[in-house]
Amino acid sequence: MHPWIGAGDDDRRRILSEIGLTSVDQLFESIPAEVCVDRLPMPDGRDEETIRIGLAAMALQNLSPDCVPSFLGAGVYRHVQPSVVDAVLSRAEFFTSYTPYQPEISQGTLQAIFEFQTLMCELTGLEVANASLYDGATALVEAVLFAHRVKRGKLDRVVLAETVHPMYRKVLSTYAGPAGVEVVVVPPGDDGRVSVDALCEAAGTGETCCVAVQSPNFLGVIEDLPAISGAAHDAGALAVQVVAEAVSLGMLTGGGAHDFDVVCGEAQSFGLAPGFGGPHLGFFACREKQIRQMPGRLAGETIDSNGRRAFCLTLSTREQHIRRAKATSNICTNQGLMALAATVWLECIGGHGLRELAKACFARSEDLKRRIADLGEPWRLAHPDAPTFNEFLITGPGSGDELAARLAADNVLAGVPSHLWGGSWADGLVVAATERNTAADADALINAMGGLS
Amino acid sequence: MKQRGIRSEPLFFERNPERRRRQGFTLPPLDVPDVDPAAVLPAETLRDTDPGYPDIGEMEIVQHFHRLSQLNYSVDEGLYPLGSCTMKYNPRLNEQTARFPGLAGVHPLQPVEHVQGSLRLIWELEQALLAITGMAGVTLQPAAGAHGELAGILMIRKALEARGDARDAVLVPDSAHGTNPATAAFAGYQAVEVASGPDGTVDMESLDRLMTDRIAGIMLTVPNTLGVFEHRIVEIAELVHRRGGLIYMDGANLNAFAGRALPGLMGADAMHINLHKTFSTPHGGGGPGAGPVVVSEALVPHLPVPRVVREGDVFSLERENQASIGAMRGFYGNFLILVRALTYIWGLGSNGLREMSDIAVLYANLVRHRLEEAYHLAYESPSLHEVVFDDSRQAARDVHNTDIAKRLLDYGFHPPTMSFPLIVHGALMIEPAESVGPEEVEAFCDAMLAIAREAEESPELVRSAPHETPVSRVDEVRAARKLKVRWTPDGDEKSE
Amino acid sequence: MNVPNDLKYARSHEWARVEGDTVVIGISHYAQDQLGEVVYVELPDVGDDASAGDELGTLESVKAVSEFNAPVDGEVVEVNERLEDEPNLVNEDPYGDGWLVKVSGSVDGADLLDADGYTAVVEEESA
Repeated sequence: MHPWIGAGDDDRRRILSEIGLTSVDQLFESIPAEVCVDRLPMPDGRDEETIRIGLAAMALQNLSPDCVPSFLGAGVYRHVQPSVVDAVLSRAEFFTSYTPYQPEISQGTLQAIFEFQTLMCELTGLEVANASLYDGATALVEAVLFAHRVKRGKLDRVVLAETVHPMYRKVLSTYAGPAGVEVVVVPPGDDGRVSVDALCEAAGTGETCCVAVQSPNFLGVIEDLPAISGAAHDAGALAVQVVAEAVSLGMLTGGGAHDFDVVCGEAQSFGLAPGFGGPHLGFFACREKQIRQMPGRLAGETIDSNGRRAFCLTLSTREQHIRRAKATSNICTNQGLMALAATVWLECIGGHGLRELAKACFARSEDLKRRIADLGEPWRLAHPDAPTFNEFLITGPGSGDELAARLAADNVLAGVPSHLWGGSWADGLVVAATERNTAADADALINAMGGLS
Repeated sequence: MKQRGIRSEPLFFERNPERRRRQGFTLPPLDVPDVDPAAVLPAETLRDTDPGYPDIGEMEIVQHFHRLSQLNYSVDEGLYPLGSCTMKYNPRLNEQTARFPGLAGVHPLQPVEHVQGSLRLIWELEQALLAITGMAGVTLQPAAGAHGELAGILMIRKALEARGDARDAVLVPDSAHGTNPATAAFAGYQAVEVASGPDGTVDMESLDRLMTDRIAGIMLTVPNTLGVFEHRIVEIAELVHRRGGLIYMDGANLNAFAGRALPGLMGADAMHINLHKTFSTPHGGGGPGAGPVVVSEALVPHLPVPRVVREGDVFSLERENQASIGAMRGFYGNFLILVRALTYIWGLGSNGLREMSDIAVLYANLVRHRLEEAYHLAYESPSLHEVVFDDSRQAARDVHNTDIAKRLLDYGFHPPTMSFPLIVHGALMIEPAESVGPEEVEAFCDAMLAIAREAEESPELVRSAPHETPVSRVDEVRAARKLKVRWTPDGDEKSE
Repeated sequence: MNVPNDLKYARSHEWARVEGDTVVIGISHYAQDQLGEVVYVELPDVGDDASAGDELGTLESVKAVSEFNAPVDGEVVEVNERLEDEPNLVNEDPYGDGWLVKVSGSVDGADLLDADGYTAVVEEESA
C-alpha cells in the first residue's frame, strides 16, 4: 500500500471479488509472459523525509547564483520574482488541471491564456499571439516552418543572422534537414550587428521564405530592425524577430512596429526560475491574416448558450488531433503553466513597471560597460559603440572559458563564454546585467576583473 | 467550479479603466546612475509609450487569479477520467522538491563544477527510466510527449541513413493518437495507416502487406488507445526488424504495465515516456510536460546532445557528437519537471510502481464491469488501464457522447476522452488512474448510470447540459467564425 | 435529403452545374450535413488548374477538416468570395449561395452521377 495509491489491500480484494476474479494477475493475461518481469531492478519506495534529504543533498552540490554575484544571461535571466507568482502557480485549480478542452469548466485557464495572448500582442506589436511553445529555440524552429508554409512550401531557403543565439541555431539545424529547409547563416560585422547588405545578398529574390534575426542579439547588440524587415520583404521573404530577453520589450519596440511578420522567442524573463534550463516559455506572434498557419494552441472569445462572454480553444483544425499528418505542428502539451506565470508576473509588474524595470536593466548595463571600459587593457568592450540593452561582449586576458573559470574562482559568475557553441566573434564573455545586480555586485565583478591580468 | 456565485471575472485589461497610476510591485532601488535610453540609443529602437495595460495593486492581482481559479475543474476536485491522459494525483512533495532554491535557481550555463547536483539528478532519473523500461539509452531533453515522438522518429531516420537505407514512410495504426501522424510528417515521412483487426489490435495481414522496404518503421501505442495490449507485439517487432524497419513505441499508456513488463523485451527501439502522465508531474492546464525517450542499442549513438556523462563521481556534458540527431530544444530538458518525476519514482520504487499499474488496471476493469450493461463496449478485448465505450445505445435517443460529457459536468466529474480513437464513433474513453479512493470511482460509475437513464427518460435534459457550470454550453462555432483572440480597447470584434 | 435533379454529382459528394462554358461546383446537402457547421472555407486561387478527382480546397468545421475535389478538369475562373465572411452559406444554401468555385470546361466525359445514382451512393454510405 502507498499514500499515492487510492486503494488498499482490502479494497483490492473487494473489487476483484465484484468483477469475479481472484488475483490482479488475471487482468494482465493479455501481456505475453516473455515480456514480463517480477520486479524492477531498483529500490523499493521511500518515505517523504528520505526523499527530501536525498534531493536536498543534490541541491547542495550546486552553487546557487543567488549566493554570489551573477552576470550570466545568454537566454536565461534573473529578474525580480513577486511572491504572488508562485502563490498563484501553487493553486491546484491551475496546476492540476488539464488542457482546457472542456470550456465550461476551464474558464479560469482559458481567460488566463487569452490575457497572455493579449499581453504578448502588446509587447511584440503584432496582431495575434499563441498560447505558448516549448522554449525560445523551438519557437525559432516553428517560425521558420511557419514561413515555409506561408510561402506554400515553395521557398526552401532560410537566411539567419549568426547573431541569433547559437543554441537556437543548433536546434533549428536538427529540424531543418527533415523539413527540407536549407539554412544560410550570415555573420555580423565589426559592430556586432548583422550586415543588411549581406542579408540581402544571401536572401536573393524570390528564393527565401524568411530572414530571421535576434534582437537584442546573442552579443547583446540591438539590430537594425527597420532595415532588416525592408530587406526581407524586398527579397519576397517574411521577416522574423527572435527575442531571448523578453524584458527588453518593455523598453524597446517589438518587431511588429517595424513591419516584422513574426516576433517569437523566450519569455523565461517573465517570472520563471532559471531552473537549470527549463521549463521555460516559448512565445509566437504574427499577423492575423496568417493565423491559420500559426502553430500551437489559441484561446478565443465567444459566448455561451445564454449569451454571456466565454472563452474556448479555437482554430483547433490546425492542430494534430484533427489535421493529423497535415497539422501546422505536432505540438500538443505545451507550456501552459509557464504562460500563466508570465501572465501573473506581467500583470503584477504592470505596464509602467515593466518599462521601469527594463530601464533599470539598461542603466545597470550601461554603468557596467563604462566601468569595464575604464578598467582599460587587457579588458575591452568588443563593440564599444554598438547599441545594447542589458548584455554585451567583453574580451580580456584569456579565452572566455578561462576568464569564466578564473573569475568563478573569485566567486563571481562573470558571464557566459562567447565561444561555447563557436562563432565568428571575439572569444570572451557575454555579460548580462539585470535589476537584481546591485552596485555591490558590480563592484565585486570589477574588483575580480582588476585582479586578473 | 464551486457554486458560490463566481461565474465570471472581468479581464485584467478591463480593470483600472482610466489607467490611473497604481503599483503592483516595488522594484529594487536603482543604486547606480540612471541613464536616459533616448540619450544613448537610436530613437527608432525605443517604445514611444509604456506597454498599454493597467497597473493594479497586489490584492487586486490575487483576487483576479483567485476568482479565475474558481472557474476551473482540477484533479484535486474530483475524478478526471480522461483516457490516455493519466490524470493522477500530483504529490505535494514533488512541488516542494522542485522549488528547492539549489535546484530552481541554477543557471544552465554555470560552469559544470557548479552544477554537479543537477547533472547527478539527471543521471539518476535516466537510470531509473532505464530500469523501468529495460532499454539501453535515454534522453530527458524532449519537452512533451509529441516532442519525444519527434526525437524518436528523427533517431530512427538517422540510424537508417547511417546504414545507407533511407526510407520515406512510417506505419501508423488507425487507432493512434493524432500526434503520431503529425510527428511522422514533421520528420519528413509519409504516414501510412495500418488497419486494426476485429479485436482492436494491429491486423497482421495488413502489416505484412504494408511493411515494405520504403517503410522506416511502425509507431505503436502499447497498450493501444483502446486500452488493449498488442499481444502479438514480439511477432510484430520481429517482422518489422526482419524487413529493416524499427519500432517506435508511444509510451503514453505506460501506466498500464510499469513494474510488470519491459518495452526492452518487446523489441522497442524508441519509446517516449510522458512524465506528466505516468510519473505524476502536473498537467498545468496544458503543460509543461516532459517526454523523455528511451532507446535500444541501435539508437544509442543517435541520442540528442548535450548528454550527461558520468566518470566516477564526476559529471560532465558532452555537447557535440557527429552521430547525434543534434539538439531538440534549448539546454537539457524541462529540468524542474524531471525533479518532480524523480521524487515520484523514489516515492513508489519498484514495489510501488507495480502496485500503481495494478490498481490503475483494476479500477478500469471496475468501471467496465459496472457500465457495460448501460453503455456499449467498443471492443470486447480485455481492458488494461482504460476502457472505451461508445454512445451507440444513447444515439438512438439522439444523445451523443458530447452530450453525455457535458451532463457529467453537472454531476461534478470531468468527462472522458472523446476525440479519439478515431476508429470508435462516439467514443467515451475512460481512464480512472490509481490515485483516487475506490468510492470516487464508484460515484463516477453511478453518475454515468444515472445519465444513461436520463438519456432514456429525459434526453433533452442531457442534450441541453451542462446546467450547473460557471458558463453554459460554449459556442465554439462562433469562436471560430468570429475570431477574437485578444482583447482590444474598443471591444471591436475583428472577423477574419 | 435534398438532391436536385438538374445537377451532376461526384462520388466524393461534390455537385457540378453547367452555366454556359463554365461549371459551378459545390458540395451536396448530405456532405454539409455530415461535416457540421462550416467555420472556414479554403478556396483555390483564380487561375489554378482543376483536375477531376484532385483536391481543390478544404472545408473546416470546429472539429473536422474535409477536402473537396474538382469534379471536372478545367481552370478556376471564379471563387465564392462571400464565403470568407459567411462560411455558413455552405450549410444554409449548399446548392445556391453556398457554391464554392467556378471552373472553365464542361461536364462532358467526366465520370459523374445523376441524382438517382448519387442518392444510391448516399443511401449506401449512411446505411
